[in-house]
Amino acid sequence: MEITFRLNGETVVLRDVAPTTTLLDWLREARGLTGTKEGCNEGDCGACSVMITDALGARTFNACILFLPQLNGKAVRTIEGIAAPDGALHPVQQAMIDHHGSQCGFCTPGFVVSMATAHLNHRKDHDTQLAGNLCRCTGYAPIVRAAEAAEAAPVPDHMRDAPVAKSKNKGSDALFQPETSDDLATWYQAHPDATLIAGATDVGLWVTKEFRPLGPVAFLNGCADLRGVARTDDTIRIGAMTTLTELEDAIAPHHPSFAELIRRYGSVQVRNAATIGGNIANGSPIGDGPPALIALAARVHLRLGSERRNMPLEDFFIDYGKQDRRPGEFVEAITIPRGPDYLKCYKLSKRYDQDISAVCGCFSIATENGRATAARIAFGGMAGIPKRAAGAEAALMGAPWSEATVRAAMRAMASDFEPLSDMRASATYRMKTAQNMLLRYWHEDQGVAANALEVMP
Amino acid sequence: MSVAKPLPHDAAALHVTGAARYIDDIPVPKDALHLAFGMSHVAAGRLNGIDLAAVRDAPGVAAVLTASDLPFDNDVSPSNHDEPLLATNRVHYVGQPLFVVAASSHLAARQAARLGQIDPTETPAILTIDDAMAQNSRFEDGPRVYTRGDVEAALPQASHRITGRLHVGGQEHFYLEGQAALALPQEGGDMVVMSSTQHPTEIQHKVAEALGKPMHAVRVETRRMGGGFGGKESQGNALAVACAVVAAQTGRPCRMRYDRDDDMIITGKRHDFRIDYTVGFDVDGRIEGIDFTHYARCGWAQDLSLPVADRAMLHADNAYFLPAVRITSHRLKTNTQSATAFRGFGGPQGMLGIERVMDHIATHLGLDPLAVRQKNFYAFGEDISGQKKRNTTPYGQEVEDFVLPKMIERLVDSSDYAARRASVLDWNAQNPVLKKGIALTPVKFGISFTLTHLNQAGALVHVYQDGSIHLNHGGTEMGQGLFQKVAQVAAARFGVDVGQVKITATDTGKVPNTSATAASSGSDLNGMAVQAACDTIRARMADLLAERHQCEAMDVRFVGGEVLVAGATYSFAEVAQMAYFARVSLSATGFYKTPKLEWDRIKGEGRPFFYFAYGAAVTEVVVDTLTGENRILRADILHDAGASLNPGIDIGQIEGGYVQGAGWLTTEELVWDDAGRLRTHAPSTYKIPACSDRPDIFNVALWDGENREETVYRSKAVGEPPLMLGISAYSALCDAVQSCGPHYADLQTPATAEAVLAGVERARGGI
Repeated sequence: MEITFRLNGETVVLRDVAPTTTLLDWLREARGLTGTKEGCNEGDCGACSVMITDALGARTFNACILFLPQLNGKAVRTIEGIAAPDGALHPVQQAMIDHHGSQCGFCTPGFVVSMATAHLNHRKDHDTQLAGNLCRCTGYAPIVRAAEAAEAAPVPDHMRDAPVAKSKNKGSDALFQPETSDDLATWYQAHPDATLIAGATDVGLWVTKEFRPLGPVAFLNGCADLRGVARTDDTIRIGAMTTLTELEDAIAPHHPSFAELIRRYGSVQVRNAATIGGNIANGSPIGDGPPALIALAARVHLRLGSERRNMPLEDFFIDYGKQDRRPGEFVEAITIPRGPDYLKCYKLSKRYDQDISAVCGCFSIATENGRATAARIAFGGMAGIPKRAAGAEAALMGAPWSEATVRAAMRAMASDFEPLSDMRASATYRMKTAQNMLLRYWHEDQGVAANALEVMP
Repeated sequence: MSVAKPLPHDAAALHVTGAARYIDDIPVPKDALHLAFGMSHVAAGRLNGIDLAAVRDAPGVAAVLTASDLPFDNDVSPSNHDEPLLATNRVHYVGQPLFVVAASSHLAARQAARLGQIDPTETPAILTIDDAMAQNSRFEDGPRVYTRGDVEAALPQASHRITGRLHVGGQEHFYLEGQAALALPQEGGDMVVMSSTQHPTEIQHKVAEALGKPMHAVRVETRRMGGGFGGKESQGNALAVACAVVAAQTGRPCRMRYDRDDDMIITGKRHDFRIDYTVGFDVDGRIEGIDFTHYARCGWAQDLSLPVADRAMLHADNAYFLPAVRITSHRLKTNTQSATAFRGFGGPQGMLGIERVMDHIATHLGLDPLAVRQKNFYAFGEDISGQKKRNTTPYGQEVEDFVLPKMIERLVDSSDYAARRASVLDWNAQNPVLKKGIALTPVKFGISFTLTHLNQAGALVHVYQDGSIHLNHGGTEMGQGLFQKVAQVAAARFGVDVGQVKITATDTGKVPNTSATAASSGSDLNGMAVQAACDTIRARMADLLAERHQCEAMDVRFVGGEVLVAGATYSFAEVAQMAYFARVSLSATGFYKTPKLEWDRIKGEGRPFFYFAYGAAVTEVVVDTLTGENRILRADILHDAGASLNPGIDIGQIEGGYVQGAGWLTTEELVWDDAGRLRTHAPSTYKIPACSDRPDIFNVALWDGENREETVYRSKAVGEPPLMLGISAYSALCDAVQSCGPHYADLQTPATAEAVLAGVERARGGI
């Protein structure tokens, strides 16, 4: 396989590299570019952040869980390419020096890349832009001061990368990078044991941490027809390869609470890579996409060869680790029916940002004339699969929309789930908070402040 | 003058461009080997054997070593010779290194290390404090006990008495750069080791033992660490020794770095504690007697646990006079990672105990917690009742410069504490779901190694004939800005710009027999040693000029990059060249030892600390009573760094320390399962504060005062003390949770959302 990309302005063509070589290892070991650091090797610390530009713009990614074929046709900028070619520091670099933004310096290259990319994109929501970069020394305050200080400075010309023409590859039994979903469908039907790689935010860890053999692999990032959000009068259709970043932007006008949930999903770097199709297809019981989509009555669209079918998303999840997906079948899209927005998504985790949910509760309750006329409640983290709270929904349906009804539904919820205890939360706490989330929905509906993130000092 | 200026970190320009080199960034020859450990998956047992056939056959593997392949000492303990590099016939925790693989790449070594087949016979593991107490599994013969006054008499006499128990969580260092070392074999069997360590001399010592060589055959170099926080005081020994041994056997350079999960599973963390207390007090909340019992979970090897547990005892008073006090400390041996140094070194745990007691007393009496704290402060002045002054610590050291009352007066004013406390009450009355809390807590932290002989440092300074200056000392740079602060001292002594001073890597070949850069002592010790070295050279230069100009040496002035003497002005470079031509040595060593120290750790009596550093923080939080989710809204800090050598760097230590301390007490939760496996061994499951977790409003100021003791430019140590400012976040959470009901909320740490919700329910009487 041939891979062409730009690296700090220079065109690189790679042939016959192992397809699961991470960009981080290649930069450091093959290229000797050691400014990009390995802090965790699982996409959780941001020390390996790089900027990647393609037709959709410039975005940050974690190089530790990004495979080289994913770079085909793109432009990569590492910390070594943030200062101008003549050595002049980028405004965020100078601001980091001036504001004491580095102490041990190990996380600093990753921060600088994230800050320079945010600066390029004129983003000023620094807490969100930097949620994927961990620093253990500074307490972040001087870094944010630096980011603010650099806001007004012009973007240096060299930061605007042009993508490069990608290498065309025929593909083989072991490795395929299709250009269309038709090609994917044909190949995957013929190679049903293959591993499909979308954003690699999960598969990356199979490689870096578990050393799992992947078998034949297909990189889906070339399938433009699987990507994007389309609206009709009655549905919103989300292609499986739509990244969480794209979904956040597209869904915000329709379901702002879902968009806010996505804002807390992983980090900027993770959301730029992760796809909604991957989030669904890997069947995790703690993914944050499915509970919201189930509450929105989404349907999942599957394809096997030329055969297509769809089903309510909740039916796709059969049991822990088991989905209603046949060998060679893949997730093509999600559709959400359009309608009034009643959705509230509550993500509960040890840390607000960039943490996996202990419980993710998503509620869509319609009321009419003082009664609940429709209720869809779905949870992540409460069972082996993303699952609806059938008993609680039933207790709400048709009942007066009152605190008494809500409390009755909370009691009913106790029979809906048997959650587990693990390092994130105990079973008791999960149940209690799942029930309380319904009470929070009630409080918010009644105009009572119940979101600690909205409290200002 | 270069001191007191807020100059950037010396390596800032290298940091922001990615040019700063860490161990794994150093280019090595193509034939270099990369190492990884094979680890135990059982917590306790006999090791019958390890089948390494698959490991040896794995791609790229060049060597596999077990304990029996080690030529000399199999030990990496910094204290008690109880920590084999590779397990022999017993295993002591899940994650203990059993064998080491050397392969052609880091990845190949990691992959091969997974292939070892371990044959253990498991034995019951001692995992918890209760397990250890039941089986009397401990370090030292019995508990250490420090007492002052008659607690047994004081407690029953007090008008109020309460008891309580606090679980104090441990903490993973989460230095962003994991442990790493590189060994380069030299001629004649000598070894050069590059190590990410706070303690190069200890690395040298352990490598020499492992190679069967005198220390002079080993040279250790450390330019910088990507964070240390105490986690690289002893925990780097294993990697350096493994690299050196394999390098000696193969003749090839060897590098080892832990993957993050391995790092968290293998290395020690902050000690978790249980603290039990019984306290007697009067109607105003003034303590009359207090009985603390500390249970420290030390893990499988002694490491630094004894001085850690000692320091916890030495901070059980924090800023408060305890007329009758007993502190009993159990140092428990468990089948878990060997707990180690972590910023504060036991001090935070001890201090949290008494701060928790203050809040408990305030709740019990319905008083403002700040008022209770102020009632109990150390105090001076005449006492008309003829009672003893209230300024003696439980261990007999007098508190001589207790500036906290004045600091708190200013902080209460600058943070608008009283008005905000009132508005929190109002806000809580209007909000049924969300509750706010506010708290002010003080810090008094003792500065000096409690192992007195460690309070020494050396320096080596060269002035070259062009006037450039080469600076070296025994301290290590882990991000704290030590190198820049010390360079500012050197520049000030010569009256030159700090840019004229070249900061160089810590090197056991330049300055020998160094202490760990720890105990916040880096600037105090090394700054003074460098000052001494500089002054020696400066005196030689001054003598030369005085002779030439027929004046007194003391009239020669070094200022603004120039040397002024008897109306003549030379550049510093000219003077350096004159000295060279006059055959005057322009190189000197410097040495410093901390005065006034005298300490008996068994009796618990004496003066373990040269001085105290102080600080105080006000934190305001909001809590969601439905889920326990919480966040910090605002923090106001006033901290005493003496006459700061670099206010920019010192404020950085304070901001970072506060956030790290708040993380320790809130989101950072270590979870082990019933088999002794650490379940939180990566940033996906172990949550240090992220960017948005810092306070929305974060006001940090330095107390304007100088050290009463003769420290370098009258500055104070600032590395560890600010971590304990984070206790105010816990205290504010206690305040918020307590507002939910009349029953004692008994908030435990780490105060995760789950712990907070449990506190809310206790306050309401639900449990």
